[in-house]
Amino acid sequence: MSEGYPDYMEESIKKVEETRSERMDKTPDRMDPDQADEVLNNFHPDYREEGKKEIEIGPSTGRKAPTEVAEMLEAHSLIDPSEIDLSQVDYDVDVLIVGGGGAGTVAALWAVEEGIDPEDILIATKLRHGDSNSMMAQGGIQVADREDDSPIRHYLDAIGGGHFTNEQELVKALTMDAPKVLDWHEELGMMYDREDDGNFTELPGGGTSRYRLHSAGDYTGMELMRTLIDEARNIDIPVQEFTPAVELLKDDKGQVAGALLMNLETNEYYVARAKSTVMATGGFGRLHIQSYPTTNHYGATADGLVMGYRAGVPIRDMDSVQYHPTGAAHPDQIVGLLVTEKVRSLGAQPVNKDGELFVNPLEPRDIEAAALIRECYGEDNGVKTPTGMKGVWLDSPLIEEKKGEGTIEENLPAMVRLYERFGIDMTEKPILVFPTLHYQNGGLEINADGSTAVPGLFAGGEVEGGVHGKNRLMGNSLLDYNVFGRRAGINAASHAKNTSLGELTLDHIRKYENQLSEAGIETDKKSPMLLPEYRGEEVLKRHLDVEVTL
Amino acid sequence: MTPDKDEDNKEEMVEIFVMGKRYEVPKGLTIMTALEYAGYKFTRGCGCRGGFCGACSTVYRTEDEYKLKMDLACQTAVEDGMFLVQLPFMPAVREAYDIEEVDPEEHDNVLLDYYPEVARCVSCNTCTKACPQDIEVMDYVQAALRGDIERTAELSFDCIQCGLCSIRCPADIKHYHMAQMARRIHAKYNQPESDELAKRVEEIEKGEYDEEMEKLVNMEKEKLKKRYDERDIKEEG
Repeated sequence: MSEGYPDYMEESIKKVEETRSERMDKTPDRMDPDQADEVLNNFHPDYREEGKKEIEIGPSTGRKAPTEVAEMLEAHSLIDPSEIDLSQVDYDVDVLIVGGGGAGTVAALWAVEEGIDPEDILIATKLRHGDSNSMMAQGGIQVADREDDSPIRHYLDAIGGGHFTNEQELVKALTMDAPKVLDWHEELGMMYDREDDGNFTELPGGGTSRYRLHSAGDYTGMELMRTLIDEARNIDIPVQEFTPAVELLKDDKGQVAGALLMNLETNEYYVARAKSTVMATGGFGRLHIQSYPTTNHYGATADGLVMGYRAGVPIRDMDSVQYHPTGAAHPDQIVGLLVTEKVRSLGAQPVNKDGELFVNPLEPRDIEAAALIRECYGEDNGVKTPTGMKGVWLDSPLIEEKKGEGTIEENLPAMVRLYERFGIDMTEKPILVFPTLHYQNGGLEINADGSTAVPGLFAGGEVEGGVHGKNRLMGNSLLDYNVFGRRAGINAASHAKNTSLGELTLDHIRKYENQLSEAGIETDKKSPMLLPEYRGEEVLKRHLDVEVTL
Repeated sequence: MTPDKDEDNKEEMVEIFVMGKRYEVPKGLTIMTALEYAGYKFTRGCGCRGGFCGACSTVYRTEDEYKLKMDLACQTAVEDGMFLVQLPFMPAVREAYDIEEVDPEEHDNVLLDYYPEVARCVSCNTCTKACPQDIEVMDYVQAALRGDIERTAELSFDCIQCGLCSIRCPADIKHYHMAQMARRIHAKYNQPESDELAKRVEEIEKGEYDEEMEKLVNMEKEKLKKRYDERDIKEEG
């Protein structure tokens, strides 16, 4: 196991320690709009045109997306419709939920609240129930519940953070539903951090104007997700694990009518017919946009985006990608893993190799990330790691200087554990960070009720776009999946009660194939990706493509 | 101040045995990335890759050790001479309950009502030794036995539900399911509710923010920008 920091890094740490007391009470002003524009234009990866491509087919033709995403959209389907027998229906349900993370589970629970029998619901998920980015969220969830705060303020913060590109009705839903969501969590029994009087312990986040971040240590996402799973199990909602959807099904009236599922272990397909379908597959971190490492879980491969787009749902804001300002940059084993924003909320400052504080620690994420990249590659003030990447210090020991000994252990147990495994005590020594691919800001277009342009299809969580515009604030993603998972679940339930399905078809897949060839796109890529490829190059070179039969 | 670009370090290989098969993999990889390097593509046994989901429980021993060790494949560096296997699935029973019906005041020991096998704990501490999160598992099982729901909830809070404790338990206790129930009961019944939240929910339901919200939703962008730039920011709380 690698232990601690090499000597040359220790030298830089000494400088960080020397400047600590004089920086301690200083907070650089947040950037004015011109300064923010300058750093974003020059250093944020989104503002580089080379990494993007105009989409050539489908409902959002002409819009831009990262090349990696465009390639998935302009790829062949995994299936050949002529080989699929749609006459044998394996699952026949009112509400099919594609994806068993936060949004999907919330949607299922609210569909039941809305009167659907759990037996008439199916959650189909690619990995295990709960395997999702929802599980990994650390920092917290924004809810404006304090006296000095309001949904109005929350709205302003979210829309300003998104550079006024957000869909206003969606931001309204997000911020007005937030207290109701937290009230529901209280009823379910989620263990949030609280003060003695029962009110919540709250912290600021990047771009928030008030203390609004509710958390459960730095296991907030896990606490929410495991409680939701527990409740779904208590009321017996059927879940098929290791059974991803590979395409949506439609009927001859043009409605989405379920999905074609695939057993990930046997490759057998199943026809799942549903009156309403909720897309809740999460984001795209595992596409490694612009070769960035990612904080995302193994299954974040944009599947729902691809399937929804092929079924006719426009996508938006795909040209904007959230790079979390602080991913781990050292040691090598954990490069790209999330260092929660809560570390900065609690008082840690980003400082360069000479121990200088160079940015307000709580700028909105895109600005903060761009400022870190500038410090490393514009100014050459970063610290180079043994494997050749650069990072800046996040001065974590400062937290205890400010808030007392034990604060880190109490509030950031997951972070402490992560570093401890590699011989680094973050209560004593700063940690090295660099931006990492974190969140899909955009996605499938939805209405405020969670519905999409195609009848019968709903969406919630990271797969949809518009809520955050071109930049999401910390603490608004856990909120997003709760608000829009709930809305999608409720409206999918009421849609299911008032709809009848026609003949099942995969004609939209045939049409999409035709569009590919009409646009002259030649590709050997297939999508959805389902799982990323991380096998060693040497092995793949010698890989024989044979099916071994028993 | 410049690091040596250590090519030699990169090429240093270690020997591991995956279910008995020998592979050479670069030193410095985690068990998970080493398996991938060797050519395994995960369907099971891989989830968040960040130590939060419990999908990648691994059992291993090293050459000179008779003891079995347990850890998460995504959070453990490979060691020379490691013999390992991943555990893809844990078939543990879990008791369903209605969260509205488990008020601890109305039960003698509500956890024991649902998980009576907790009483079979022999205090061997094997669960604690198996835990990759270093949780004091046996202590929370003992707390549950005493009916101390708060302590069960707090001690178990960092549990990622990987199931290694329950695999090792000679009394077949399902620690992590029982603890999940304890945390929900603690949060719902022992923690006081928030007045601030209740007040805000009531204000929203009465429509107190509707008018101003409509104004914002319909506000032209330039005016909205101005309002955003002029909002006061609370830096210290």
